[in-house]
Amino acid sequence: MAGLPKKTDESSTQKKNPELKGTFISVMLLGVFIIVSWAGVYALFMSR
Amino acid sequence: MHLHKYEKIWLLFGIGSLIVFLVVIGVGAFYKGTHPQSHMMTIDPENIEANEAFQPDNLGLTKVDDKQYIVNVAASAFNYDLGKNDDGSLVKKLSIPKGSTVLFQVTSKDVVHGFSLAGTNVNMMVEPGYISSYETILEEPGEYTLLCNEYCGTGHHLMGAIVEVTE
Amino acid sequence: MLSETLQLTKANKKLSLAFIAVAFISLLIGGLMGLLQTLVRSGTLTLPWGIDYYQILTVHGVILGLVLTTYFIIGFQYALMGKTVGMTVKERKIAWLGFWVMLVGTIMTATTILLGKANVLYTFYAPLKAHPVFYIGLALVIIGSWFACFVNFHQLYRWKKAHKGVKSPLLAFMVVANMILWLIATLGVAATVLVQFIPWSLGYAETINVLVSRTLFWYFGHPLVYFWLLPAYMAWYAIIPKIIGGKIFSDSLARLAFVLFIMFSIPVGFHHQLTEPGIDPTWKFIQVVLTFMVIIPSLLTAFSLFATFEITGRKKGFGGLFGWFKHLPWKDVRFFAPMIGMLAFIPAGTGGIINASHQLNAVVHNTIWVTGHFHLTVATTVILTFFGISYWLIPVLTGRKLTAKINRLGIIQTIIWTVGMFFMSGSMHIAGLLGAPRRSAYSTYSGTEQASDWIGYQIGQAIGGTILFIGILLMVYIFLNLTFFAPKGTEEFPIAEEEKDAEPTPKFLENWKLWIGLTVVLILFAYTIPFMDIIQHSPPGSPPFDWPIGNS
Repeated sequence: MAGLPKKTDESSTQKKNPELKGTFISVMLLGVFIIVSWAGVYALFMSR
Repeated sequence: MHLHKYEKIWLLFGIGSLIVFLVVIGVGAFYKGTHPQSHMMTIDPENIEANEAFQPDNLGLTKVDDKQYIVNVAASAFNYDLGKNDDGSLVKKLSIPKGSTVLFQVTSKDVVHGFSLAGTNVNMMVEPGYISSYETILEEPGEYTLLCNEYCGTGHHLMGAIVEVTE
Repeated sequence: MLSETLQLTKANKKLSLAFIAVAFISLLIGGLMGLLQTLVRSGTLTLPWGIDYYQILTVHGVILGLVLTTYFIIGFQYALMGKTVGMTVKERKIAWLGFWVMLVGTIMTATTILLGKANVLYTFYAPLKAHPVFYIGLALVIIGSWFACFVNFHQLYRWKKAHKGVKSPLLAFMVVANMILWLIATLGVAATVLVQFIPWSLGYAETINVLVSRTLFWYFGHPLVYFWLLPAYMAWYAIIPKIIGGKIFSDSLARLAFVLFIMFSIPVGFHHQLTEPGIDPTWKFIQVVLTFMVIIPSLLTAFSLFATFEITGRKKGFGGLFGWFKHLPWKDVRFFAPMIGMLAFIPAGTGGIINASHQLNAVVHNTIWVTGHFHLTVATTVILTFFGISYWLIPVLTGRKLTAKINRLGIIQTIIWTVGMFFMSGSMHIAGLLGAPRRSAYSTYSGTEQASDWIGYQIGQAIGGTILFIGILLMVYIFLNLTFFAPKGTEEFPIAEEEKDAEPTPKFLENWKLWIGLTVVLILFAYTIPFMDIIQHSPPGSPPFDWPIGNS
């Protein structure tokens, strides 16, 4: 009796939270690229 | 609207970074006064001499104090008027000792021009009817190209001068 | 819940194809001008027959920035609307009327430029004065494009009336969002052209208010770039998933992104005017903050797109952290070209954030960095996506097939474009940081060492520009093949669907009145006070100047 709803629960969490580790790493790398580039030009501005 | 856990973290990180950028430039602008050039003074482009800074004798480099200079410039297609040398020829090169504080004041007699001292933060739009003004400290000795970086006509690329920062 | 799609009628296909044909003719002409510019600036070429550098620069900017983009976008959007919500005979007639109005305008403007009477570049900053026909032609192009706005609005309105309570098709929603953006934005440029430039250039007004004209231009100028970008986003969100065998990641997030673009891409024009006198720096900063808001929908988009790829790949059984990435259909040009476009948007968008960063703008303003920046955004991200769309859209419109051979040529074309742009845009970015100016002919600046350093990068730009021109020739060949010579057949019109059990999209996302209302509020907030300030503290106006552009 307890098994059935649990199973549906699991599959719906999986639907809602698909495996997206690669996506996460990709966007975070993108974020780091933005920060590094911005900081580079900021440093140039400050040095001039 | 459902957001994936990672998407929430990404958005927090991304928006957080944008806020950090804004705080950094905001503090610089409002606290340290490093706003981009935004001078609010107007002038009649057909009578710029009405403003003392742009009378023929006051154009070009003026020493105000030790290591304090003013550079007044009348821009027109396709020339920066930096005044005349003692022999009556047009000034095409300015020499300023390093470490000097220099106030650039520029206006246009005709169309829109740019005023860029390449390799420095002196980079302004110059528009008829307005005075553009920016103060900077020239620290690094060397030869700097002063040039028009807004299209002003077919001779636009010939509009320039040299600023030498001396030891 | 799954949207049924309609068949494009023959007449509708002809309409879209007419727009897209103008775009490809523009690509060839504008691209040739670009090549000549890079050669002149490298110091290796002097233009023959007294042609002026700034004349070809004007052609390049107007033809590629205003003509190619607008025509391709309108043609593509008519196809999307025809496919998702249909087009009536009456709508099509009005659409054709718009086409002809735009074409007459384009020809008028182009003629004045070719006669050397309008060397004012595509920004036509006052008080440089072009021949009045230049401005009248531009006004007609804008007015003609409004026909497309109203046709698209009517198409969705008609569909909604027939499908009460049903969510509009995602692509139709996106098209209407983009046209709302365009309509609101073009009001600014139409105002300055109709009220300021035309009477002044005809001599009815003695002077022009320069700062007002620039402010109205840039009120239009920034949403203009989003008008270019959003059709690319349409393809990324709603077409690419189908091509790679996946589903839409989230219908709601896609719509949310578009709504955010309408609201935040307009009240931000001051970030193009950061180094100008006469504008209060506090208001510049306020618009900088609003500009940063428009980055958020792109952050959302980045996640959605990677997630689409990862979910699709994992469903196909490609595990590991990046197995999904490796197994994307790289050999399908319909995916490959737009994908390179998406990747180019990473440095392109980053550059944009830097440009808009208030005082940091002084480092790059009007340097050739900016040119490098928008050759990554519009001339790589947007145009490679448009090419990617063309590989299936043109066959759909002409009843032909994308052959394996053309697919392979397309892949080569994309690689050529990437390499060419790497050299050209890369050199532009570096030279710009060193202070090299944009929109300037070859000059040694009385022999300064700085100027001689820039020339090396200008040679880099010429190498890149030459490679890019080869890419343009290849693309024009592909266009001709797909239009006239490819074998007859049926090509798929790829429209992605949602997962069967996808979350329902909240109804408020389709509340246009709300979004338009908020947009108007934001525009009034960002512009009212500084604009009144500009008018109240106006200097004497400027008479027309035609001699600086060789037009007296």
